Amino acid sequence: MLEVKNLIFHPLENGVEKSIIEDISFRVEDGEMLVITGPNGGGKSTLAKLLMGIEAPDSGSILMDGVDITNYSIAQRANAGIGFAFQQPPRFKGMTVRRLLSLAAGTELPENKCCDYLSSVGLCAREYLDREVDGTLSGGEMKRLEIATVLAKPHKLCIFDEPEAGIDLWSFSMLVKQFEQLHANKKESLILISHQERIIQMADRIMVVKNGRIEALDKKEQVMPDLMNEDTGCSCMNPAHKA
Amino acid sequence: MAEIDQITQSILNQIDESGFKQEGAYNLRYNGYSLCHGNTEHITIKRKEDKQGIDVYISGEAKGEQVHIPVVVAASGMTDEVYNDFYIEDGAQVTIVAGCGIHNSGCNDSRHDGIHTFHVGKNANVRYEEKHYGEGEGTGARILNPVTKIIMDTNSVFTLDTAQIKGVDSTKRETEVVMGEDSRLFVIEKLMTHDQQSAVSNMDIHLNGAGGSAQITSRSVARGESRQVFHPKAIGNALCHAHIQCDSIIMDQAQVCSIPEIDAKHVDAAIIHEAAIGRINNEQLIKLNTFGLSDEAAEAVIIENFLN
Repeated sequence: MLEVKNLIFHPLENGVEKSIIEDISFRVEDGEMLVITGPNGGGKSTLAKLLMGIEAPDSGSILMDGVDITNYSIAQRANAGIGFAFQQPPRFKGMTVRRLLSLAAGTELPENKCCDYLSSVGLCAREYLDREVDGTLSGGEMKRLEIATVLAKPHKLCIFDEPEAGIDLWSFSMLVKQFEQLHANKKESLILISHQERIIQMADRIMVVKNGRIEALDKKEQVMPDLMNEDTGCSCMNPAHKA
Repeated sequence: MAEIDQITQSILNQIDESGFKQEGAYNLRYNGYSLCHGNTEHITIKRKEDKQGIDVYISGEAKGEQVHIPVVVAASGMTDEVYNDFYIEDGAQVTIVAGCGIHNSGCNDSRHDGIHTFHVGKNANVRYEEKHYGEGEGTGARILNPVTKIIMDTNSVFTLDTAQIKGVDSTKRETEVVMGEDSRLFVIEKLMTHDQQSAVSNMDIHLNGAGGSAQITSRSVARGESRQVFHPKAIGNALCHAHIQCDSIIMDQAQVCSIPEIDAKHVDAAIIHEAAIGRINNEQLIKLNTFGLSDEAAEAVIIENFLN
């Protein structure tokens, strides 16, 4: 179980203190799928980075199965069972897909295992295993590979930051199936940051983060109706303002 | 069969990945003389009469054969200058595994200058692998100054795969390639320098025949206070394609200077260059951290794969 208590993150930007995360507390139960959604710039990705240790909070604590991991490095959190899929994964000149997957798994993966992970995200192993993870892969291919790197190892908690971004419709359906399967197995807790209705629909609970605060956190059935009726705040899109 | 001592064997393991054996066509040069050599039906190695070095004759009948010609310098204070000429007949398909390792346990400089000339016949396909490596606890420098000249006839293919692994204090590499019609050149240059080492690589590619193409890829890592200078130059004298790509990772207090030069002397010469120097990308480190790797382990993985 993941427990987040009173997280605050106020980084300095050009010497000015910015309020990015304001006193956020929540839990993710074992096997639960929590989808975090909300407007762009609201603090979702920063929250994910705080959980993985990529950013350090100013105060608050993070506990994994009761162990305080707030001061753990990224690698220590990974070894404690947290997996992370980046919104914009980096490219590696000279590194093959096979090598990246093996590094992700923490062991040299046989070809059939690599094949399983790649096909689960819609990539053909024969075509990709020996390709380099460099600029020759498209943004969509990079995203699918990124998800495969998280699948390559069992975790206690997996965090996916906008897994759907840049993925075509066909691959998106496969991805949704993959998340459904992960969720059904209940072996891993899942945190997905997403704007996609199909992903939000899969959630056990939904957390809406806006202006660095939790605006809503409840079961899907409670939050979903409000999300669908959300006033965008944009006068040209809002029916109430249309004459 | 000649006896090979432990130091020589360990150097051979570094510079000849496929494993040096006294079989097939081979010549092992040790401290300035040929320790052992062998010929095959299609490959003949002859010692030069007028100066140090060998002539290697590869017949057009050679298909998929290998020649291993490693050089080991284990004597401190030695300067070894050697001229090797390769005559590759039309249609031959051959891999030449060269390379030089210096073990210097003394206080005097050890130096090897390998001057290689390749005459590549029509439709021949040559792969030339050359690894440079230095070791030894002595204070004397380990110096390697290779000169490589390649003359390519019509429709021939030449792959030049060079790597300087570690331990070479000073290197100045001069490469010149003269390309005929429809010939194809692939150059892969990998270099790692550390401490106070210096490396200079100058390369002139003359694309003289119509339909020629050249792909030059240079990857390097500079650590410590080392200094590297790259100057690949593609000269398009005919309808041709050439692409020069130089990528370097710079670390610590190292210095890297990359000067790709493209020189078109024909309206149909299409030549591109790319050069990039930068430190290890922080996002790459973080990504590998999320696999559970420490910063040091992540850095090592990035460098290892970059130099591949």
